[in-house]
Amino acid sequence: MHNFDFVKPSSIADAVKALSHEGAQALSGGQTLTPTMKQRLAAPTVLVSLTGIAEMKGVCMGDDGLSIGAATTHATVAAEAAKSYPALAKLAAGIGDPAVRNRGTIGGSLANNDPAACYPAAVLASGATVMTNRRKIAADDYFQGMFTTALEEGEIITGVTFPVPQKAAYVKFNQPASRFALTAVFVAKFADGVRVAVTGASNNGVFRWTEAEAALSGNFAASAVAGLTVDPTGMIGDLHGTPAYRANLVKVLTKRAVDAAA
Amino acid sequence: MTNVTMTVNGKTVSAEIEGRTLLSAFLREGLGLTGTHVGCDTSQCGACVVHVDGKAVKSCTMFAADAAGASVKTIEGMTNPDGSLSVVQQAFQDHHGLQCGFCTPGMVMSSAALLAENPKPTEAEIRHYLEGNICRCTGYHNIVKAVLAASGQDAAAMAAE
Repeated sequence: MHNFDFVKPSSIADAVKALSHEGAQALSGGQTLTPTMKQRLAAPTVLVSLTGIAEMKGVCMGDDGLSIGAATTHATVAAEAAKSYPALAKLAAGIGDPAVRNRGTIGGSLANNDPAACYPAAVLASGATVMTNRRKIAADDYFQGMFTTALEEGEIITGVTFPVPQKAAYVKFNQPASRFALTAVFVAKFADGVRVAVTGASNNGVFRWTEAEAALSGNFAASAVAGLTVDPTGMIGDLHGTPAYRANLVKVLTKRAVDAAA
Repeated sequence: MTNVTMTVNGKTVSAEIEGRTLLSAFLREGLGLTGTHVGCDTSQCGACVVHVDGKAVKSCTMFAADAAGASVKTIEGMTNPDGSLSVVQQAFQDHHGLQCGFCTPGMVMSSAALLAENPKPTEAEIRHYLEGNICRCTGYHNIVKAVLAASGQDAAAMAAE
């Protein structure tokens, strides 16, 4: 790995200042960025750790829903969201392994937007709001394709606010070596309709399966999606599964998620 | 270079390190604590697991500078104050929870972290918790028995495979 200067600010303002340096990069839990830097796929000259910023940590219930600081670890979300948003807590408890969950953060996962990551599915299905040091971004505007987001240069995710659905479930088909999603589906039922988000399947990253949302909004039962088909065009194909295999998984896992939520 | 100070196995240590110094490298090469093993160096195998402020982490995937001010515990810090083996270590010995032993430091650290949050885990919970610790001798069965025994449960009752 190339060398760099390591800085660990204790406020968002200081982090923003540190990130204004040429070649600076934000580091959260580092469970993706560190291996990426070892492979020299990333070589920042300044690494700005965001895990020492107290105002970016914690889980709390407010009027707008469940707010989670961006530097909150998966382990903390798994423990502290268990009562207020059980489906989200269960998702967090299934990311990686215990040691990864003690370091990896929700903000890091969302900033990276890995096409097989778990959190993007929860954020998109919940219609959550991504808070940054500059603005609030609706989930529908935030995810813009594989490893691509609405974040601008020097912009830091500070937190995420989740409206809590009436019913919800996340069902992941594990890629057993990496424990990322081979394909996974998050289903969230709100008073005004159902949202279905799929991760791990598409070359464009996380997406909403709108046909299933329409069917489930009328009838929240696994049978409601039985007649639908998923087009494998644009799905990920690799040694673990073909595009057609993943397309089939989208439907199978959506049914399982509805059963789990109902 | 940056100066870091942290507590390792109860002792305060300070050093000038490069930003890129991984916690695993700091422990092994900086402090000579070679009990922490580096297997895959990609956060897959778990041989490098240590405790940072009581939480199990993969030390090959954390920068030493990020552990400044933290309390770190490695396998060298697991023995009792009189030097005898801790309950988890003794159980690994009693139940032969190792073959080549390369994964053992990480297995012991992860097992101790599991028992700290779940003192009486089921066999399934142990297997699930240790999924980030890989034993390439595939000696998992005796490792699980050791963790059951360390939690005061009857390891002999575990089904043979």
